[in-house]
Amino acid sequence: MKVYSKHVVLVLLIGAFILSFTFVPAAYGLSDAYKNNIYNPGILKSKNSVLKVKIGKPAPDFTLKAVSGEMVSLRQYRGKKNVVISFVPAAWTPVCSDQWPGYNIAQDIFDEYDAILLGITVDNIPTLFSWTNQMGNLWFPVLSDFWPHGKVAASYGVLRSDGVSERALFVIDKKGIIRYIDVHDINKRPPLEDIVKELEKLK
Amino acid sequence: MKKILGCWLLVIMLLLAVASSLTAASYPPPVVGGTLPDIKLPIPKDSADKNYLGLGFFGFGSFKIPEIKAKLVIIEIFSMYCPYCQREAPNVNQLYAKIEQNPALKGKIKIIGIGAGNTSFEVGTFKKKYNVSFPLFADENYVIHKIVGEVRTPYFIGVKINSDGSHQVIHSKLGNLEGVDQFLEMIVKLSGL
Repeated sequence: MKVYSKHVVLVLLIGAFILSFTFVPAAYGLSDAYKNNIYNPGILKSKNSVLKVKIGKPAPDFTLKAVSGEMVSLRQYRGKKNVVISFVPAAWTPVCSDQWPGYNIAQDIFDEYDAILLGITVDNIPTLFSWTNQMGNLWFPVLSDFWPHGKVAASYGVLRSDGVSERALFVIDKKGIIRYIDVHDINKRPPLEDIVKELEKLK
Repeated sequence: MKKILGCWLLVIMLLLAVASSLTAASYPPPVVGGTLPDIKLPIPKDSADKNYLGLGFFGFGSFKIPEIKAKLVIIEIFSMYCPYCQREAPNVNQLYAKIEQNPALKGKIKIIGIGAGNTSFEVGTFKKKYNVSFPLFADENYVIHKIVGEVRTPYFIGVKINSDGSHQVIHSKLGNLEGVDQFLEMIVKLSGL
């Protein structure tokens, strides 16, 4: 009887494992802007890193090159702007490709809360250049954390073991203090209102 | 022991079969000449949207697209996050304006948008940004998007609504309108208005 119970539990666990993959939505509502150029990595492990930063603590500073060519540092916004950092895993992938274009029509919202958005991936500049060109003219800097590979993502603790970053949001106030962290399920896009709610708290 | 192992394998095989059938349960996009899948939308709270759709001032709950008071409904599957949808928004607004300004078409052709994977807040952001005058609906969990074939966006569907309440898909296409006037002329012709 005891052996039988063990088998039932094992079967149920395996069943739950199999079905958990089945019910993850495969639909992304991907824009036709990218045609057939999006690589679909499939459903990934939702999170695969260990955070190294905490809410209420100073955000690690960094300087990265933007697609526009300028060097952008976190500290340059100190005392001037709230900062929202959006790490997305990789260029030319399904969810990432339909995340920043949404932020691109929300500049009014960021302005209202005196905030700048910094988009970061571990891709190199040429890749980011061609990818973000499909999105229209982005109003916010897109930064390359390519070399040393993923150094900034690693300093925040959002670099995954396969070398891409998590899909993560950090809200940093004008004093450089982290006020919000969302290491989101990599397979899903965080709702825009999550950022807005956190920016509201900084007013 | 062999019996237990056999049962064990059978259960796993059944679970795999269920899982694979669920994964493969994809829907095709609406086919011209066919009917729409069973799409349920919430009756808008906004009275202007409610009146536009002819759903009555006190209506609440949900409605199906063929219940819209119109002879032809144009559905745009869009996303706030889709650059093409953003670029197409002024054209769709123009299409709406041309219909509303034409006494022969006003009231007969209605437009709605369904935001694939968008929350109400995100749909509202899109509506505000582009001054969209026709009703937009959120499809936060891709429920509608899934049953319309997980199409890329924007995707336009034209549905003719017959006087007996039946309906027919007369247009189903991915991509932009390819010219507002041409689209309107084409859709009016196809609907027989």
